Amino acid sequence: MKKSLILLSAAAAFFTTQVANAATLDDVKKKGELTCGVSTGLPGFSQPDSKNNWSGLDVDVCRAVAAAVLGSADKVKYIPLTAKERFTALQSGEIDMLSRNTTWTHTRDTSLGLNFAGVVYYDGQGFMVTKKLGVKSALELNGAAVCIQAGTTTELNLADYFRFKKMKFKPVVFDTSDQTVKGFESGRCDVLTSDQSQLYALRIKLKDPKSAIVLPEVISKEPLGPVVRQGDDQWFNIVKWSLFAMVNAEEFGVTSKTAGDAAKNSKNPGIKRLLGSAGDAGPKLGLAKDWALKIITQVGNYSESFERNVGKGSALKIGRGLNALWSKGGLQYAPPVR
Amino acid sequence: MADAQRHRSSAARPSLWNDPKARSIVFQTIAIVGVLLFFYYIFQNTLANMEQRGITTGFGFLNNEAGFGILMSLIPYDESNTYGRTFIVGLLNTVLVSFVGIIFATILGFIMGVARLSRNWLIAKLAAVYVDSLRNIPLLLQMFFWYIVVLQTLPGARQSYNFLDSFYLSNRGLNVPSPVFEAGSIGILIALVAGIIGAFVFHRWAHKQQDVSGKQYPVFLVSLGLIIGLPLIAYFVTGMPISWDVPVLGGFNFQGGITIIPEFMALLWALATYTGTFIAEIVRSGIQAVSHGQSEAAHALGLHNSPTLRLVVIPQALRVIIPPLTSQYLNLVKNSSLATAIGYPDLVGVFMGTSLNQTGQAIEIVAMTMAVYLALSLIISFLMNIYNARKALTER
Repeated sequence: MKKSLILLSAAAAFFTTQVANAATLDDVKKKGELTCGVSTGLPGFSQPDSKNNWSGLDVDVCRAVAAAVLGSADKVKYIPLTAKERFTALQSGEIDMLSRNTTWTHTRDTSLGLNFAGVVYYDGQGFMVTKKLGVKSALELNGAAVCIQAGTTTELNLADYFRFKKMKFKPVVFDTSDQTVKGFESGRCDVLTSDQSQLYALRIKLKDPKSAIVLPEVISKEPLGPVVRQGDDQWFNIVKWSLFAMVNAEEFGVTSKTAGDAAKNSKNPGIKRLLGSAGDAGPKLGLAKDWALKIITQVGNYSESFERNVGKGSALKIGRGLNALWSKGGLQYAPPVR
Repeated sequence: MADAQRHRSSAARPSLWNDPKARSIVFQTIAIVGVLLFFYYIFQNTLANMEQRGITTGFGFLNNEAGFGILMSLIPYDESNTYGRTFIVGLLNTVLVSFVGIIFATILGFIMGVARLSRNWLIAKLAAVYVDSLRNIPLLLQMFFWYIVVLQTLPGARQSYNFLDSFYLSNRGLNVPSPVFEAGSIGILIALVAGIIGAFVFHRWAHKQQDVSGKQYPVFLVSLGLIIGLPLIAYFVTGMPISWDVPVLGGFNFQGGITIIPEFMALLWALATYTGTFIAEIVRSGIQAVSHGQSEAAHALGLHNSPTLRLVVIPQALRVIIPPLTSQYLNLVKNSSLATAIGYPDLVGVFMGTSLNQTGQAIEIVAMTMAVYLALSLIISFLMNIYNARKALTER
């Protein structure tokens, strides 16, 4: 590889290479809409309804970035991607950002030319079995057939866990999460494994949701977050701070309903700096002064988004758990805007 | 005289531009160099882009630990093996399903092709229905259909169909006992090899005898007896040194024995029936291409239908059948890549699916997979071309 590197730098001097000068912010403003990579349909994270309106926690991150950059959270084009295509789509420039319940891992951060812009959901991998099997813990699963989705960290964590506990298993690998559910329902496999949030979402899709239980063991760390390309630091900052703005808003207690009023009348200098009535956080990012105000009025703060998509206001009813604010015993912590 | 000689010698060496041969060489060289330069440029451009974006390149990833399990593997494999080994496992799975698929498709295709020409109305119509229905439905849909049929109609592991307490059929697969070869079993292998050689030798001797004296010997039965009988005798003589590892239902699945997974069965069935329709049509066209006078002459000599077909028509029909048959074999190999849709761990599913996603090195992996399919196809067409050359009409 060394020799060809020398050769290619000589070649690069001769031939004009079509390397995109990574200014995603300018591209998005020129296009007038944000192209966002999402999943093919995962309740709570990114799912279209019957009129092709997308909603979910990942979708809200996209909407926040669109609100910050373009002024309107609705100026987003959603591209559904399978687990196999997601990174290639981002690397090639087909999408501006990837918000697809993607786990932040070392390999993905270093060898794919991508950057993770924060964690929107701290998750872990778990198991789901039918109640009929009478299994109460993952340690009783020796020899089971397990349905997995292809090309995810789920496959690796599963293999590690079973190897560590000296148990054997048979992996049955499918392309989409819908096929894994069908395989589980038809009895092809005994266990369905995925991130816990996905398990709760997939359980709703079963014909008889009450027939399946989620086992208590959480066997891995799955910090899910938005992803952008390397080499574009300004865009990286924009996506990162859009998410931080939502978390900071929850910390300050500012909601979508009170944000407009708080921007004008709040006595808290921190709130004024966040919402743009003081300081110049927006222009430093290359955005308008009211970038965070637009995010919060149009999308809401982190807790509003959470409860609406995966919490009390949704069918999944997942508790805040690890995703509560740091001050309430969870892990969501946003650096201050100052 | 001198003038004519001088004129001739200068005419023998025209200028480079006017000599058609020199011109063609020059143009072809320019074209080749142009194409090579083009591919070189594309290659370097890709490398430059990937370097710039921080994407790792190179084949070093093949030595990294894979970390994931594979459902079915012909060689020992576990999660601590490398990505290079997953490549081999996927390749072997693809070769297995292609090989068995080709055999089944050929048998099915030949039977159906001949059946369509049968004078029995029902058989001919059944073959026609088979060909016309399965030929027109996309293979992917057929694959899903057979997979769903296999999964939904077969019972769960705990209520599997049980044959002699050794063979179990359920939606987890077909479990058969596997032979465990103990110390004395090398004798059986030697007897098997001896049986095959003996059958071969008898075959040649019987044909020579038929050329000389016209007497026919029962070659097929004697060969069968040798190939099966000799190893059987060796088995008993060496004290029955094969024991059977019978599958036993324990916990969730069967332990022991060989499991033939339902994905393999569904894939094999779909590939064999789909490709079989095309082979049936090729066989039919081959048989109809043989002049009718041949079978009339054979009947005049007193041969019945079956020997006529076997000894006179089909050998001549093979010349028409083999080239399109090669294409169908190649199609079958390439169609086996659809296996990822139903979860069979073939090369595309294991290497171009999971390994690609884990390492992110799309270009290297896709290039390797394409090279494998190209190599497989070239090998098959090479072998079939040898066979074709041997079946060619030899002039006396």
